[in-house]
Parts: sequence; C-alpha cells; structure tokens
Amino acid sequence: MTDTPAHDHSETIDDDRRNFIHIATGAVAFGGAAMFAWAAIDQWNPAADTKAASALDVDISKIPLGGEIRVLIGGKPFFVRHRTQGEIAAAESVNVATLRDPQTDDERLHAKADGTLNRAILVTSGSCTHLGCVPVGPAQGNTGDFGGWYCPCHGSHYDTSGRIRKGPAPKNLPVPDYNYVSDSVINISL
Amino acid sequence: MSGHESSYTPTNAFTKWLDTRLPLVRFAQDTAINFPTPKNLNYWYTFGGILAVCLVIQIVTGVILAMHYEASVDGAFASVERIMRDVPYGWLLRYIHANGASMFFLAVYLHMFRGLYYGSYKAPREILWILGCVIYLLMMGTAFLGYMLPWGQMSYHGSNVITGLFGAIPLVGESIQTWLMGGPSIGNQTLQRFFALHYLLPFMIAGAVILHVWALHVPGNNNPTGVEVKDVAKDTVPFHPYYTVKDAFAIVIFLIMFAVFVFYAPNVLGHADNYVEANPLVTPAHIVPEWYLLPFYAVLRAITFDLGPIPAKLLGVIFMFAAIAVLFILPWLDTSKVKSMRYRPVAKQFFFGFVAVCLLLGWCGAANPDDAVIPALQGDPKLVVSYTADGQEATSEYKGGNEAYLDAKRFMETLPADANASLSAVPAPTFLFRHFSLILTFCYFGFFVLLFFLGLTEKPKELPESIHKSVLKRHKASASAVPAE
Amino acid sequence: MKAFRILTAGLAGLMIAASAHAAGGAAHPHEPEEGWPFEGVTGQFDQASLQRGYQVYQEICSSCHSMKLLSYRNLGDPGGPFYDPEYPNPNDNPFVKAIAAQNEILSPTPNDAGDFDFRPATPADTFRSPYPNDNAARAANGGAVPPDLSVIYKARHDGASYVYSLLSGYPDEEVYSERVVAEASDGGTPDDESDDTPAQVQTVIDASKLHIGHGDEHYEGYLIQNPGQYYNPYMPGDTVPQFEGDPRHAPPGGFLAMPPQLIAGRVEYSDGTEATVEQMAHDVAQFLAWAGEPKQTNRKSLGLAVMVYLGILTILLWFSYKRIWRNVEH
Repeated sequence: MTDTPAHDHSETIDDDRRNFIHIATGAVAFGGAAMFAWAAIDQWNPAADTKAASALDVDISKIPLGGEIRVLIGGKPFFVRHRTQGEIAAAESVNVATLRDPQTDDERLHAKADGTLNRAILVTSGSCTHLGCVPVGPAQGNTGDFGGWYCPCHGSHYDTSGRIRKGPAPKNLPVPDYNYVSDSVINISL
Repeated sequence: MSGHESSYTPTNAFTKWLDTRLPLVRFAQDTAINFPTPKNLNYWYTFGGILAVCLVIQIVTGVILAMHYEASVDGAFASVERIMRDVPYGWLLRYIHANGASMFFLAVYLHMFRGLYYGSYKAPREILWILGCVIYLLMMGTAFLGYMLPWGQMSYHGSNVITGLFGAIPLVGESIQTWLMGGPSIGNQTLQRFFALHYLLPFMIAGAVILHVWALHVPGNNNPTGVEVKDVAKDTVPFHPYYTVKDAFAIVIFLIMFAVFVFYAPNVLGHADNYVEANPLVTPAHIVPEWYLLPFYAVLRAITFDLGPIPAKLLGVIFMFAAIAVLFILPWLDTSKVKSMRYRPVAKQFFFGFVAVCLLLGWCGAANPDDAVIPALQGDPKLVVSYTADGQEATSEYKGGNEAYLDAKRFMETLPADANASLSAVPAPTFLFRHFSLILTFCYFGFFVLLFFLGLTEKPKELPESIHKSVLKRHKASASAVPAE
Repeated sequence: MKAFRILTAGLAGLMIAASAHAAGGAAHPHEPEEGWPFEGVTGQFDQASLQRGYQVYQEICSSCHSMKLLSYRNLGDPGGPFYDPEYPNPNDNPFVKAIAAQNEILSPTPNDAGDFDFRPATPADTFRSPYPNDNAARAANGGAVPPDLSVIYKARHDGASYVYSLLSGYPDEEVYSERVVAEASDGGTPDDESDDTPAQVQTVIDASKLHIGHGDEHYEGYLIQNPGQYYNPYMPGDTVPQFEGDPRHAPPGGFLAMPPQLIAGRVEYSDGTEATVEQMAHDVAQFLAWAGEPKQTNRKSLGLAVMVYLGILTILLWFSYKRIWRNVEH
C-alpha cells in the first residue's frame, strides 16, 4: 500500500457513494432517526389522563322547562336543553328536505335504556360549526330566528333541534356520544 | 468560517445565482464537507461530534418535556411523574433527557482531557479553548438549574446549598442570594425563574458552540502529534466522508452506552431521594450533587480552616471557583512550546496523575468527609464514659474488645446516680476523606503550577517533521512487525 | 497511552460507584428467595401477585398511606393488575369501575350549590387519600406523616426489596419484653388518688435474640423502644442512642412510627393463596414496584430492540468506515 493524498481519489469516493454498504448504513441510520422521531411526535397526542377525563355524568332533572345547562367536557362546551312541547313540535314539523344539513329531530336524539326517546332533552355540542364560537341561547335571551340558538360571531341561526337554518355555518350542531344512565342522569363522552 | 481557501465552484445557474447572494452552499461545503482535517486524528478526537449529538438530543427532548412540565411547587413533582406515566413515550423522553445530562458531561470531560493531553489550548487555539471553558461553565449552570426542576428532596436542598454559596461572598453575598431566590427561601418564584433560565441557557450553549467551531476552523484541528499541518495534500483528508463516518461510528458506540443507561439503569446516576417530593423541613441525610460536579464539591468541602481574615466558608467557595477559573488561563500557564504530551515524557506522567486526582476528588465528593478513606486501617473505636464528678465534667477511656465494654460498664456502676454517666464510642483517629480532599485539592492546583515550571526545564522528545512523516513512520514500525502484504 | 485509556475508562465506573453510595446504618434489604419476576431484561410483572398486592394495599396500607399519583384507571392499564385485553381503554373495564366505585372520594369539583360532595370514585379519579392534607396525617399519626407510596419504589434504594424486607423484617414476638422503670406510687398519701403515679413501663428488645436477614451477626444488649416507635433492622437510622450495650456493636437499622402491619391471615386472598407475612410483603412490594414505574417492562423490551438496532448499525458503520479509509494511511 502506498500513501497517496486523498484528493486524488475523488473518483474512488464517487464510486464509494454507490457502494451497497454505504447505502445500507445510511438507510439503517435514517430508519433509527425516524423511529426516534415517532416517539417525539406521538407525545403530541392526548395523554392518558387527558383521555380519561373525557366523560361526564349530567343530572338532567334540574333543568328548567325551556331552559338549558352548559357543561364542559375536556374543555369543550355542550348544551343540554329541556325543550317545551312547542319547541319539540317546531323541531318535528320542519320539512327535512329543505334543510342545509338534512336530519330529522329523532335522528338527533339517543334512546333511553328501554329503547324509547326522551324528546324533551336535547344534547348538542356548544361550538358553532362555522368557526367554533359558542352560540347564545335561552339563558342569554336570544334564541335566533328559529327559537334554538344564535351565534353572535357571524350570525348563524339554529333551530330547536340544533339544526343550521340561516347564516354561514355549514352543519348542524353535532350530537355527542351520550347515553341514559337512568331517567334523570345522562353520561356524555367525547 | 474557515481559514483555508474555498474549494467550492457552483455548477448550475441556480447555485451560481445563490452563491452571489447568500453563499450557503459554499459555507457548508467549506466547513463540513471539504474542510481539510489532519488524517491522524484518533478516537479521542470524536468527542466533539459526540458532544454535538448530545446537545441536539438535550435540546430536542428538553423542548418536548417543557410542553408537559409545570413550573410550580405544587405541580412540578406530579407533572414529572405524569410525563412518566401518561404522556405517550414520556418515560423515554424524560430518561433520555435525565441520563443525557450525564452522558453530556462524560463526553465533555473526555473532550477536555484530550485537549489537555494534546495541548490543544496552545497558540493559535487559546480562544478555542476559552470558548470551550465558557461552554463547560454554561453546561454546569444548565445542569444545576435543570436538576432543580423535578422538585424532589435533592433538587430542593441541593439548590439551597448552591445558592447558599453565593451568600458566602462578603458584603453583597446575602443580597445576591436573596436576588437569586426571589425571596427569603427557595420557592415558587425561584422554580419559575430557574425553569426560564434552564430553557434559555442551552441556546446560549448552542451559540457558544458555533463560536467554538468557528474558532476551530480558523487554525484547523490540532492533532495527536501537535505538529501543525504543513502540506494540505499530504497531511489532511477532507472532513467528509473521512471524519463524518469515523465520528458516526464513535457516536453509535457512545449511543450504545447511553442506551444501556436509559433502558436498563435509568436511575442509577441519580439519587433515590429525588423521588421524594421536596420538603423544606426535612433535609436528606446525605446531600451530594450529581456525579459530574462531585470533584468541585470535594474542593469546596476540603477547606475547613480560616485563612487570615477569610473565613473557611468563603475560602472554600474561592477555591471551588478557582478550580474552574484556572482552566481559563491555562494557555498562558503552560510554558512549553511542544503541544502534544506524546513528546513530553515528564509532563505526560503528571498528566496521568492529574486525571487520577480528578477522579479521586470525585470519590471524595461523594463520600462523607468524616469517614475513613480506608476503613480497614482504622483501629477499633474506643469507649468513653463521660460523667460529672464534684461539679466537673470528666471522662474515662477504655480500649479493646468486649473486655473494655465490661470494664466501662463496671466503672459506670460505681458512679453515683447524680454523675449522669453516659457511654459513647469514639472512632480511632485515621485518614479521613476531609484530609484526603485537602491533599488532592493542592495536587489539583499544583499540576497547573507545575506546567509552568516544567515547560521551562523539560527536555522534550524529538518532534516528527510532519503529520505525514509521523504516520509513515508508525506504519513502517507496524509493517516490520507484521509480514508485508 | 495504555495508562491513559485504563484511567479514562475507569472514570464512569468509579463515579457511578461513588455516587451510588449506600445509606449507612441499616441492614441490606434482600429480595424474596424466588427473586422478583419483573427484574432482568425480559422480566414481567406477575399479574396475580399484583392483584393480591393491590388487595393488601387497599385493605391495610391505604388506611394511612396515600398514592396520589395513581388513578383507578391505571389498575386496568396494559401490564397493570386488572388489565383485561377485552377493554383496551381501562375506563371501560367493568372490574376497574367496580373497584373505583368502592371508594368514596370528595369530588374535586363543586356541585351546583358550590359544595363539595362525597361520591363514589370513577376510573378517572386518583386513589382516595386517607387524610385531606399533611397536617391531618401528622396529627393522626403522632407527628409522623405516612409517606405517599406512589413512587416509594424509586424513592428508596433497591425499592421492592426494601419494602419487602421492611414489612417482613420486624423482629419476632419473642424478643420483646416489658420493663418497669418506675414503680407505681401512691404519692405518700394512700387515700389521695390525685398524687398517684402509675408504673412506667418500657418496651425493650433483647438484641441477642435478633436474627437479621441471612446474617449470623450476634448482638448483646437491649434496645429500648420508646412509645410510638418501632424497631426495624431495615429502617435507615441509628440505634446507638437507644442501645444498652456496647455502642460499637449496636444492631443495624432504626426506629419508625409504623407498627408491624402484616400479621399472618390479616387479609383473605380471593384467589385462595395463603396470606403469610412473606406472601403479603412480596405481593404488596411487587404492587408498589409496578405502581412506582408502570412502564418499566415496556422500557426493557423497547431497550432490547434498540440494542439490536444499534448493534446492526455499528457493524454497518464499521464496514463503511473501513471502506472509506481503505486507501489512506492514518
């Protein structure tokens, strides 16, 4: 072996770049970095305690007729509304075909343990489907043009079933996962 | 960022356009690809690359941990455990960060000893060395601040001791201490400011590292011979791929050791007491800093005597800071013109002694200063009966085995009840860690004084003509031992 | 150069040995004869033992010791005592729900009237604490706060073995005796009860009857046990001030405020295992080892994969390195 300055070996170095062993090494190193990156990215996901705090029992027996309560689950607002007979009738009488996001009132209710519907209680998300503002409702004295909720940010009107009727919002107020623990308690989860 | 001529030529229209506006590619080519590096660098020279990896790992994992950490005395301890339990891969990221600090220091010590051995601090690299010392100082600050964040017993009481050091400074000490803690004691406000600084300092380290690399690239690397590059073509190889692959290999070997700690002994370098939430009313029996600060802690505790008007406490602090400060003036303390200790047979022996002194100081720092260094050499403790006789304090001593105890007991029975006799064991005088640290402290400083005088009198070995010649000579030596190919 | 290498290689070793300085004065904790199933590279927790350990904690320890960092849902986490693969989300695990509901906790959120109600715990709630705060705990336990057990495994050297040794290491009944230090007195006036003083009695331990761990060390003398203090050879501390005997040969250990808790048969295991002192200590120590670091088995198995990966990368890099440098003498 003779010692020659490395600069004269540029050709050999270029050959080397295509050498299998270098490609394999680079690939394995890259794979390892990607695995570490996965751990660094996965930690952005909700932590176990955050996930665990995503359900709530709500006592519906104390909601006044025609009123509503607002609850926070995992920081998100939800409306639980005790509808009057008139409001139920208004929600049911709408021609679904004319709606922007067609849904019947019954589709927006969850059944009790015995399979029947409790039409007096409506549970919806409390975030406007337009840009996430919290609409005002009976407690604020403004239920909009259709008796449900009114979003003051950009003027979306929801009816007594929480469906979008007027304004920029594209969708009805979503109905969360909930079930009747008993006749007077519902469990809402994200 | 380099002192040699650029070898980059833009090839296409875009790179030509870019090169006249922001020569980023040229910069990268010159500093990280084509940079001529002595071809005789051994594995001790890979720790620079390893340290860069350590810094990146610490910053990445640290930024992530900060997303989950809560800087409050009520929430800090629980939020750290939440990271360990509930955050996806939180346990991995935290253990990497906690052990990463130790790995960082391990690498920096090896890097510093390497610089010391090969004379990398000598002209024209004094600024390079001083910047390294600045980085080391910033690292110690960052590590100390970070160790407080879990809000365990060691965090709290360790911080108490270190902030107390500032209190030893005459006149302004107590004001500085109060100012650091933001109150009469370490509390919520201290934790918050320490967290803010712990987040800031690593970026200051990164800035100092950029300067450090800049200062390296002006004169170029030192090398094991200490002889400067004479012929770029013969003495050097381009940094990439020669040293990128060598550094990468060393980095992976280092990562294996790192991973052993993270996955199989994640708490062995820490203290069990730090898993007890901070309690200002109870001090742990044995306060010691993390291992990487132990030698300085030993120097601090070695000084137990007043020197003229300077009280022992202040003197200890002065010696401890001097132990670090002496590194800054090292380029001017060492008078020898020869860089590498390879060619300084006498200084080399003292260098090994210095490494041993540093290790032993670390050992002393971890031990109780009043314990015997070698318990086997300590004689049996003697028994002492203390009592009052005629209103005077009196003692009576007994030496030996069980007989001595029985004698002492018989003597106590002869004493009247109002003599208040009590029996205690007094350890036999022996060589204690306190004494040992004091000797080692003087050895530590002695080494630097010695370097000054040794450079004037020492007769070095003959230096090789060039890096290239030195390599050839070594290869001939090994070729004559092994049959030729 | 050789000396340099050896010395520097010794750096980590010596420093580790130095910083792992053992706490003085107490007997060295020992593990159960069969060892710990969760130790070693591929170790796993014994789920049945974890369940029994939880039972011991729940029925005995939890009346004084909190575990504030654990939630009931953790019991149903993968690797946990009540993990059921059918319920990957422990919040849905009916067994975990039932265990949680057995505990009445003070709700952390106020009710509509602004008051805090007691309610059955849900899986998302943290373990019920026996005392509302440290002051209440201190007042109820003669000035000593029973430590939180969440991370006791990591907060003590050799955590699991320490808990096991401490709980099963109280001396046998036979070593204790009572000693009268002051006779009862009627105060000189036999008819007047107000100046009477009762006899003062001291509990003493005959050190010559102590058998500590597997050691055959012999001690001669008496240990005086003050009221509310209990001798344990594994407790870090100093027995010399309480020792009547040669102070150079005082028994190891110290005194703690917790009386012996594990008495054979104190819990009735639902799986029919005989509740001996060693069995209960073993189960609860393993439970606390899990609770202190529930991710430790994941950690070790991921570590194995990382080691294999780094090994492969090392070999590949070595060949790359050799190939790149093959024409350069250095």
